[in-house]
Amino acid sequence: MADTRQIRAGKGPVTYALRTFVILYLAVLVVWPLWEVGSRTFAPLERGAESGIGPFLERLQDPTVTYAFGLTATCAFWAVLINTVFGVGISLLLTRYRFPGRRLLSVLVDIPMSVSPVVVGLALVLAYSSGQGWFGGALESAGIFIIGTTPGMIMATAFVSLPLVIREVVPVLEEIGTDAELAASSLGANGWQTFRRITLPSIKWAVVYGVVLSLARSLGEFGAVKIVSPGAELRGETATILIQNRYTNFEEPTAYAAAFVLVLASVLALVVVSLIRKEDRS
Amino acid sequence: MTDTLVAPPGPARTTSRPSGLFRLTPTSGIGLGVALVWFSILVLLPLAAVVGAAAAGGWGAFWNTLTDAQTFAALRLTVLEAAGVTVVNAVIGTVVAWVLVRDHFFGKRILDVVIDIPFALPTIVAGLVLLSLYGPESPVGINIVNTRQGIFLALLFVTLPFVVRTVQPVLIELDADVEEAAASLGASRLTTFRRIILPSLVPAITAGSSLGFARAISEFGSLVLISGNTPYQTEVASLKILKFIEGDNQAGAAAVAVLLLLVAIVTIVGLDLLSRRVANRG
Repeated sequence: MADTRQIRAGKGPVTYALRTFVILYLAVLVVWPLWEVGSRTFAPLERGAESGIGPFLERLQDPTVTYAFGLTATCAFWAVLINTVFGVGISLLLTRYRFPGRRLLSVLVDIPMSVSPVVVGLALVLAYSSGQGWFGGALESAGIFIIGTTPGMIMATAFVSLPLVIREVVPVLEEIGTDAELAASSLGANGWQTFRRITLPSIKWAVVYGVVLSLARSLGEFGAVKIVSPGAELRGETATILIQNRYTNFEEPTAYAAAFVLVLASVLALVVVSLIRKEDRS
Repeated sequence: MTDTLVAPPGPARTTSRPSGLFRLTPTSGIGLGVALVWFSILVLLPLAAVVGAAAAGGWGAFWNTLTDAQTFAALRLTVLEAAGVTVVNAVIGTVVAWVLVRDHFFGKRILDVVIDIPFALPTIVAGLVLLSLYGPESPVGINIVNTRQGIFLALLFVTLPFVVRTVQPVLIELDADVEEAAASLGASRLTTFRRIILPSLVPAITAGSSLGFARAISEFGSLVLISGNTPYQTEVASLKILKFIEGDNQAGAAAVAVLLLLVAIVTIVGLDLLSRRVANRG
């Protein structure tokens, strides 16, 4: 890119100063702290004990830790599933159909990402808790409890990651246009056939990308889930809540071990995302 | 460069008009209905419940909650910290984007990935990551727990990618011709930057900064472990909401939450308008 642009290639002292500054800034802010987490994760359990992967795995095999990761996985799975179906559906509606309030809806679906997680949790409590919620009483008499249960935590997770699939799919749908879809339906394909044979293949990578982003976000959700969950050991304690509880209870090694797993998951998501981008471009 | 976890800023749509919009068919009408019901249950009704709870006590109660000395101190600290972080990010984010686009050196690809890490990490893990280096057992002897500098550092960490990722694509697309023309007419590199490059970056810097500001205002997870939550000293808005909820003061929590919601909505609408204006200008 810069080969032909000689004017930009000149390297003065300013270039080197800026480069050094950026490297130092990122090192102090991000890289060094991350490194420190890694080294604490693999630190020995007690003085003189062996260090490395053994004690790390040992901490993770604690039943409360496996429960927390299981619950996180459950919440993330359902939230991502719901958001994918809803996201693809609403993206098609927003880009392919004309109805009153279309533009308003397209702005509204973007709100969940910008709302503070605490506000998300509070909103769900104020709407659905059996004590104070608007619909809490009605739901309670129907035998449905949302706040303090797994469905509530799934809702909180789905709320915060709602726009991620939509944000990826909508631009692709707009770009491919409707020509191929119109051709398919004029040749006698029904709606489902058109979607499966024409639309889905072209938005495939955008959907996968949105799913990976949603998954990463869902696995790491903390604030919203914390407020709707009972948050006690083996009772609504997700991986992120476990990290907070263990750290504040001076069980730092376990907190660091759980955090390290989540760091690995996020780095994995980054790698997958960059691979998808490459695949998509080729 | 686009291998990024950062979703594009602003609502998920392009400004170009879609080529064809269909009328709703019975099937898609049902789909729209189902989508709207779910969206209302998950997002709209809970958010309405927050506004309802804040408004329940009337304007006086709402105003009293926000002007209560302790709450007001928390709000002021939140706004000041977020504003400070935004200014720092506007400058450093632009510098980082500049180095990532214009400079070429060994390891630049790694830096590009490092930028995304704060976004990919769960917020509670981000807090723990910073505490591992700058916490009570800091190997460098800095303890940021329960200090305003700690809050500032955490906000810098979680908002790092916003300006970088909005400025980067604009910088890549920037035409070399105008810069060469300016240089050939005798402009110094500083003048070229100030008069030619900076003006075209301003919309992107503004967009990234406002996203970062909104995020900093509403940040929760990374501050839970770092902010000591001392009233008047290190208490921020989102943690104040948590304290209200734990103290069973739903109205107080809702009042502060409405304020955070407002900031989020103003940011989204503002960015929407900004992106339309930039798109219209060509």
